[in-house]
Amino acid sequence: MMTTHAPAITVHGLQKRFGSVEALAGIDFEVAPGTVFGLLGPNGAGKTTAVRILTTILEPDGGRAEVLGFDVVDDAERVRLRIGLAGQSATVDPNLTGRENLRLVGRLAQRPRGWVAQRAAELLERFELSQAADRPIRTYSGGMRRRLDVAAALVARPPVLFLDEPTTGLDLPSRNALWEMIRELVADGTTVLLTTQYLEEADRLAERLAVVDVGRVIAEGTPAELKAQLGSTVIEFLMSTDPDAERAAALLSTRGGVAAELEGTRIRVPSGEGPRALMEMLRTLDADGLYPASLTVREPSLDDVFLRLTGHHAESIAEIESADPVPVGGGA
Amino acid sequence: MSQATVSIPIPPERRGFDRLVGAVSDTIAMTGRNVITLRRVPQLLVFSTIQPVIFVLLFVYVFGGAVENTFGIPYVDYLIPGIFVQMSVFGAMGTAVGLAADVKSGLLERFHALPMARSAVLAGRTTADVVRNVFVMTLVSGVGFLVGFRVQTDALGYLAGVALVLLFGYSLSWVFATVGLAVKDPETAQAAAFPIMAPLVFASSVFVPVASMPSWLQPFAEHQPVSVVASAARSLMSGTPSDNYVLQALAWIAGIVAVAAPIAVRRYRRVF
Repeated sequence: MMTTHAPAITVHGLQKRFGSVEALAGIDFEVAPGTVFGLLGPNGAGKTTAVRILTTILEPDGGRAEVLGFDVVDDAERVRLRIGLAGQSATVDPNLTGRENLRLVGRLAQRPRGWVAQRAAELLERFELSQAADRPIRTYSGGMRRRLDVAAALVARPPVLFLDEPTTGLDLPSRNALWEMIRELVADGTTVLLTTQYLEEADRLAERLAVVDVGRVIAEGTPAELKAQLGSTVIEFLMSTDPDAERAAALLSTRGGVAAELEGTRIRVPSGEGPRALMEMLRTLDADGLYPASLTVREPSLDDVFLRLTGHHAESIAEIESADPVPVGGGA
Repeated sequence: MSQATVSIPIPPERRGFDRLVGAVSDTIAMTGRNVITLRRVPQLLVFSTIQPVIFVLLFVYVFGGAVENTFGIPYVDYLIPGIFVQMSVFGAMGTAVGLAADVKSGLLERFHALPMARSAVLAGRTTADVVRNVFVMTLVSGVGFLVGFRVQTDALGYLAGVALVLLFGYSLSWVFATVGLAVKDPETAQAAAFPIMAPLVFASSVFVPVASMPSWLQPFAEHQPVSVVASAARSLMSGTPSDNYVLQALAWIAGIVAVAAPIAVRRYRRVF
């Protein structure tokens, strides 16, 4: 039996290679039972490969991984009895109805038939799919399909849940509903491993997170610890010319005492105290007759985390979180 | 979450005899799922309902008049056992297309993360093909009866013929399972399966006696598996010369399964 102190998931030196591509270059992390752990990183960072190994779909080339104390290779069947997966790619059968899909998954997870039927009805209700329960999945909208994917992961009530970018393609209300549900599951003792490209999502849900880049864990900690490195706000100035930008960045770094990062005509300043820091920075620039062409104040994005940790952008990120531009001269 | 459903303990790992019972139960679940798909996808439904009827009517009424030397039995009695075999070959293509679709859509990933018997994905697929073939043969027998098909031997002979064709279809499902797993895309699977299937079905004794073909084609047409199984089924149902066709057919079936099933299983294990 598991003691309550042992980690629910242990990953040690995990390696996986696809031809010449090193998807995982030896990653380590542990997930405490009854918590949400976030794997944060851009597309191609190795998050999905890690999930596929932990869910016994792929075998690792090196290293080990355990789920609830069972090795994912040697004891794969016992792992499979204890996990649920909602993946980017692990889908449901488009020709079965929502209810049929949930019952099939529950049955293949070896749960009693009557119990599964009840559980399926409950999940369909909970995910607002009762109306569509008896229609084939191929008639569902994208958002409905994602919800059913997640319901399929939950149908067996597994103690460990893997959610691989569960909110990608979900609208805001569905996303909020899913977040709420994940919190409730965790309150019930479920352990959740979540992968995401969104810092905000990891921040809201995960107790701890690991930032993954090209198959390596480049940072690990609580969201608060990671954000403390970054500052809670990012201020960006866009200057009209390169020389102006260089002068401004130098000024902000020396006289302003902030860590200004220069990139072309763009200056990026992570800051712990947004509005006040901004006022001071503007005063510093104004004193030297420098005026930004545009100005943005926003929450740190995954891209900021990456730039800070790796010195390069999270290039394959499809969409950068929406910024809140502040018009210059406006009352920010 | 609002967990109205009571919590249940995690089932123990299947061991010994339970493993076998579990594998059968999983295969039944997967067969059910595949049979539902056959009913719900219009394309597949047409392949197993309208297409066989068209073949029967086309050959009986359009080409049948030109076919001679059908061992002294009416052409329709020559044709119907052949149509059974043809349809079982076409049906096995469904395994290629269906498995490729499951790989492409990601459904196979979900199955791999479940504690189900690994064998049930392939066995459920091939068993669904058998269910489909039973349906198609019933339909073809009915339509055949309306256009004059009569069993020349007896009920036992008819059932033995049907059983033989079902076994043959089952063996082919393993061949086409390999095709589906190799190409991993339903359209490509169809394109890849057709060149295997077409010469076997058309350069065969299914529609016309081999003796009417050019002499260079006859050795192939006489001994390839589709012809052998068609001739065997015909000898059982319509009383044409047996010439050890049944034994040859069983040998083909055993040989195909012995070669194709391990390849398909190995392919399946390495699909990710």
